[in-house]
Amino acid sequence: MSTIQWSTLLPIVCYFALMYFIGFYALKLVNNASLRKGGSGAAYMEEYMTGGRGTGGFVLAMTLVATYLSAGSFIGGPGTAYTHGLAWVFLAMSQIPTGYYTLMVLGKKFAIVSRKTGANSISDFLRARYESNAVLIIASLSIIFFLIAAMAAQLIGASRLLQGSTGLDYTTALIFFAITVVVHTAVGGFRGVVLNDTLQGVVMTVSTAALFIAIVMKGGGIANIVQAMKAINPGMISPYGVKEGFMTVPWVSSFWVLVGFAIIGLPAVAQRAMSYKSSKSLHSGIIYGTIVSLVLLMGMHLAGAFGVTQVSGIASGDLVIPTLITNLFNPVVAGIILAGPLAAVMSTVDSQLLVVVAAIVNDLLVNYIKPELKANFKKLRTITIATCCIVGLIIVALAFDPPELMVWLNLFATAGQLSTFLWPTILGLYWKGANAPGAIAGMVSGIGTYLYFNYYLPRPLGLHPIVPSLALSLLAFVVVAKMTKKPSEKVIRLFWEL
Amino acid sequence: MTERTESQVLETNEYGFVEDPRYKQCEKEAWYGIILGIVNLVIWAVAGYGLGSGPVEEYSYIMGFPAWFFISCIANSVFAVVATIYLVTRKMRDMPLDPMTKEEAEEFVRNGGKAR
Repeated sequence: MSTIQWSTLLPIVCYFALMYFIGFYALKLVNNASLRKGGSGAAYMEEYMTGGRGTGGFVLAMTLVATYLSAGSFIGGPGTAYTHGLAWVFLAMSQIPTGYYTLMVLGKKFAIVSRKTGANSISDFLRARYESNAVLIIASLSIIFFLIAAMAAQLIGASRLLQGSTGLDYTTALIFFAITVVVHTAVGGFRGVVLNDTLQGVVMTVSTAALFIAIVMKGGGIANIVQAMKAINPGMISPYGVKEGFMTVPWVSSFWVLVGFAIIGLPAVAQRAMSYKSSKSLHSGIIYGTIVSLVLLMGMHLAGAFGVTQVSGIASGDLVIPTLITNLFNPVVAGIILAGPLAAVMSTVDSQLLVVVAAIVNDLLVNYIKPELKANFKKLRTITIATCCIVGLIIVALAFDPPELMVWLNLFATAGQLSTFLWPTILGLYWKGANAPGAIAGMVSGIGTYLYFNYYLPRPLGLHPIVPSLALSLLAFVVVAKMTKKPSEKVIRLFWEL
Repeated sequence: MTERTESQVLETNEYGFVEDPRYKQCEKEAWYGIILGIVNLVIWAVAGYGLGSGPVEEYSYIMGFPAWFFISCIANSVFAVVATIYLVTRKMRDMPLDPMTKEEAEEFVRNGGKAR
């Protein structure tokens, strides 16, 4: 693996070059659009963060799916399915609702409210709804810490993939990859990210289909492969997996909450639900999103599970997909197929990066430190792009030599975001009684109980800890909100009045 | 329908202001999402654990997959797509997303919650 596989690397380099092109093209769009709207900082922010709310249906679906599906679904998940068989595919299919759930539940109301309040991000929404510095600061800090950790972990995954399949050394792979993501996000903003996500969604779909079909053909059809899996270990085709007491019913079912119903609480995902153009784009987005997410989830996880019958003895789960790809395809085609998992990582990291930049520039800087920036388009643009690069440098530094804290934080990254944002978003949108003390109680008890369970009670009642901590968080939110002062009439009118 | 007066078209709520008439439909659509999610979960659990809990030797197979897997994952996904298409085309409604004037809102309600 020390020699560089140029024939595999070349298609990947071309693909990355395209990302830059799209980023700079979007930069031009953002500039033109903000100048048309008067060239103020506020117009720039709306353009940069939500693409001027002009996302159409297909693009909405692609950006939602590509943002949500990350290294976990393209590298880690299939790698685990390789070890545990169909049971892990079964677990992964708790994500059936991915495509329709967020868009239907936040739905048009979220889009209407975000237009009424001028919200460009989930934090803007929370600020308007709860009028509380404490809520906003908890939200912003949660975004900054959890997402930086999550992004660093994604970068590590992508760099290992590049390293394993092309022979680049880890550092080169990391820097090559990170610069591509950071530059296209920094210059293109939401528009650049969304356009890139769309391309990446298409690449992910093509790559998944190619890999799945190749594996099924090589294995002599599905029936043969399933019987071969059974011969390796009957547990591979049972919903309980190969390891006694690991994939228990309550634990596996909990994933319907962790990666199913609760993903509304992921800010990068929720942001998508405020960016679309019209109810028509939402409608077609729901249909495309459901189809594409199911094809990708099923295809990649089955490819991992079926892979065990073709290449045995892959030790590290993260190497399953790259090993399968390099074994099944000639080097050039392998490069093209590998673009799929790399795209999955890139499209997740770029959206998360944008959310972190929004938290720093929009939520903290413009609101608390330098409100006068709202009027100055050029200065705000410079600061935004600079912040993006600085955050990029931080995640590269973390991925370069992952500190223990980072590994720890990443374990909590998804659950941490869910505990922070799920209830304040949903209840704020649908319940007039939701107020700031309730939201704070919900956030604090959600994060707190999740940490507690993880340390002292890893499977409370057999469940994944996210389930009881979200339940307790909801309880705390509602009880505290009922006992404290109702939200001001001004807020209720802003959100609910015609 | 036509004899309704203006004040009846737009109802005021317990705070004494006129609520955005689009929200009723929005809330319905949110429930569709939640209910479909629960139906998918039930199919997944019943088929997966109902058919998959017996001894592996006694499994039946559909298109090469064990029946529990085929129904809980593959058929369930197809069902999700069909149900989504049904909900989106038959149950969900087009509406403007920008703030509405009073006249537009009245028009919206008179049309039974449909966009013009």
